[in-house]
Amino acid sequence: MYAQMVKSEASQEDPEKLAAFQKRIDANEKIEPKDWMPEGYRKTLIRQIGQHAHSEIVGQLPEGNWITRAPTLERKAILLAKVQDEAGHGLYLYCAAETLGVSRDELTEMLLDGRMKYSSIFNYPTLTWADMGAVGWLVDGAAIMNQVPLQRTSYGPYARAMVRICKEESFHQRQGFDIMMKMANGTPAQKQMAQDALNRIWFPALMMFGPSDKDSVHSSQSMAWKIKMNTNDELRQKFVDQTAPQAEYLGLTVPDETLAWNDEKGGYDFAEPDWSEFHDVIQGNGPCNADRLEARNRAWNDNAWVREGMMAHAAKKRAQKVAAQ
Amino acid sequence: MSDPRNEWPLWEVFIRGQHGLSHRHVGSLHAADAEGALKNARDVYTRRNEGLSIWVVEAAQITASSPSDKGPLYEPAESKVYRHPTFFDIPDEVGAM
Amino acid sequence: MNNALFESLLRLGDNTLVIGHRVSEWCGVAPVLEEDIALANMALDLIGQTQMWLGLAADVEGEGRSADDLAMLRDVWDFRNVLLVEQPNGDFGQTIMRQYLFDQFHLLQLQHLTQSTEDRIAAIAQKAVKEVTYHVDRSRDTVVALGDGTEESNRRMQAALTKLWPYIGEMFAADAIDLEMATAGVIPDPASLRADYDAATRVVFADAVLTPPAGDFAHGGGKTGFRHSEHLGHLLTQMQWLQRAYPGARW
Ligand SMILES: [Fe+2]
Ligand SMILES: [Fe+2]
Repeated sequence: MYAQMVKSEASQEDPEKLAAFQKRIDANEKIEPKDWMPEGYRKTLIRQIGQHAHSEIVGQLPEGNWITRAPTLERKAILLAKVQDEAGHGLYLYCAAETLGVSRDELTEMLLDGRMKYSSIFNYPTLTWADMGAVGWLVDGAAIMNQVPLQRTSYGPYARAMVRICKEESFHQRQGFDIMMKMANGTPAQKQMAQDALNRIWFPALMMFGPSDKDSVHSSQSMAWKIKMNTNDELRQKFVDQTAPQAEYLGLTVPDETLAWNDEKGGYDFAEPDWSEFHDVIQGNGPCNADRLEARNRAWNDNAWVREGMMAHAAKKRAQKVAAQ
Repeated sequence: MSDPRNEWPLWEVFIRGQHGLSHRHVGSLHAADAEGALKNARDVYTRRNEGLSIWVVEAAQITASSPSDKGPLYEPAESKVYRHPTFFDIPDEVGAM
Repeated sequence: MNNALFESLLRLGDNTLVIGHRVSEWCGVAPVLEEDIALANMALDLIGQTQMWLGLAADVEGEGRSADDLAMLRDVWDFRNVLLVEQPNGDFGQTIMRQYLFDQFHLLQLQHLTQSTEDRIAAIAQKAVKEVTYHVDRSRDTVVALGDGTEESNRRMQAALTKLWPYIGEMFAADAIDLEMATAGVIPDPASLRADYDAATRVVFADAVLTPPAGDFAHGGGKTGFRHSEHLGHLLTQMQWLQRAYPGARW
C-alpha cells in the first residue's frame, strides 16, 4: 500500500493510561493532536502518515513522465489535474503528520536521504501511454481500496485528510479505466500497448498491499489502534475480486494462468507476486529507485533558493511594517 | 540539512462556501507570509469550486482549548438539552415546524 | 476563409498552448508543494484557453480540423506563438519571470479582447481574463518576492530578466494581419498595449529591486512563423509524439 510494512512501536507507559486510551479507540472516539497518546502510537503514525505522504509525492513522477506527451489537449488536462491532486494528497498528509510534532521539512529530508520509504509501486517505469491507463486503473484502484477504510482511522487529522483524499480519488481510477477502454478498443498497436501495460503492472500492483501480515505483531498492534483497518491479504483479495472482471470486460488477459473464480471461497484464486522482487525494490533495487530519489533531491536542492528568497522577502516586509508603526 | 528557520510557517485555512454557511476549517498549508498563504489556499483548497471567501491564520497564532478543559467547557451545554429542537414533541397534526 | 482572423486565432492559441506546456513541465518537481499545485492550475487554465482558441481557429478555417489536429499535427513553421513563450524553463526564476512578462501582456490583450467585435472572441476572452487576472497577481508577487528576497534570489531574477528582455518587444510588434484585424475591431493593435505594459512592469521591477537592461532590441519571427527558436521543435517532438507515431489512432 502507500504505507507498506510500517513497524509499530510498543509502548512502555502507565498501564492505566494505556487502558483508558485503548477504551477511547474501541469506542470509536477520535484521538486529536492535544490528547494524551502513547509514544508508540505517535511514532507509528508519523512513520505511516509520512510514508503515505512520500508515496503521493514520489507517485507524481511516473505519471508526470507523460504529461508533456499526452496525446490530446483533453488528456493532457485530465492527467495534469490528476497528478496535481496527488501533490495535494501529499500536502494534506504532511499537514496531518505535522500535528504529531514533526515538521514537513524534517519528513522531506528523511525521504531524500533514504531514512523513510515510499510505496514500492512508484519504483517501476511508465513506458507507454497505456501505462497512464493501467496506473490509474490498478494503482489508484489499489490505493482507494486501502484509503476508504482509513477514513475511519482513530487519529482525527489523518481521518480528515483521508476523507478529502477519497473525495478527490474518485476520478483517478475512472480516468485510468477510460484510457484503458480507449486503448483496448483501439488499433491493434493500442491494444497491444494496453496488454503490455497490464502485464508489467499487475504484479507490482498486488505487491502494493505488502506481504501477508496475518501473523505480524506490528500489524495487530496497528489494527488495535485502528490506524490499520484490514490485513494485507484481505485487501489484496478484494482488489483481485474487483479487478479481474474489469480486465475481462476490457478483453485483456491478466498475466496469471492460475487466476480462477473459486465458488467455495466466493473469490478468485490467484498467484502471489514474487516477494523477492518486492524486497529488492524495498531495498533500493527497483528499476527506478535511483531515478526517483534523484529527481526528488534535485527538485528540493535546486529550488532551495526559491524557498529561502520568499522567506527573506516576507521577513523584510514584516520589518517594514513594524518600523512604520 | 536545511535550516529550520527557513521552513515556511504553517497556516490554517478556513473557507466559506456557496451556501452562506460560516467559514469552515478545511486544512492547512505552508506559505512565507499571509498574502502567500491566501494565494496558496486558493490554489490548494478551491480547485473544485469549494469556496467564495478564504481566511488564513498562522497556526502558531491559534490558542486552542486543551483536552482537560473538555469537562468544564462543554458539559454545561450538554445538560441544556432544551436548546435542541428535538427536545420538544410537537404533534404531527401541527405540521412542519 | 478569413485568413487574418485564422492567423490571429492561431497566435492566441499557440501562445497559450506553448506556455501552458512549458508550465506543465514543472509538475512534480516544483520548489514546494503549494507552488507545484499553483503551477498546475495555471497550466490547466492555459490548456483550457488553448482548446477554445484553437477550436475557434479550426471552425474559422472550416476544413474539418480540430483543436487537437492544430496542436498535434502542425510543424514548427506553422506555429504562431511569440518566441518568449517557447523559451526553456531554465531555473524557477527564469520560468516565473517569463510567466510574469507574458501574463502582464496577456492580461492587457484579453481586457481588450472582451470588447472584440467578433462575439466568439469576446466570449472566450471574458472567461480567460478572470483566470489571467489571477495569473498576473501570482507571478507578479513571486517576481517581487524573489527579486527582493536574498542576494542569490535577486541575482537569479536579474539574470532571468536580462535573458528574457529581448523577447518582450515581439509581443507588441504589429504586422499587416494585426492591423487588418485591429481596424475591424476584432483585436487590439498590439502596439497600443505597450504604454500600459511598460507602466505596470516598471513598478514591478522597482519593487523587485531589478534593473531593466538598457536597449530595446527585440527578437522576432515567432508570431509570424518566419523563424522560431530551436527550442520549439524539441517541445513539439515531445508534445506530438503519440499522434505522429500512431497516425489516426483515437486516444
Ligand atoms: Fe493520491
Ligand atoms: Fe490518486
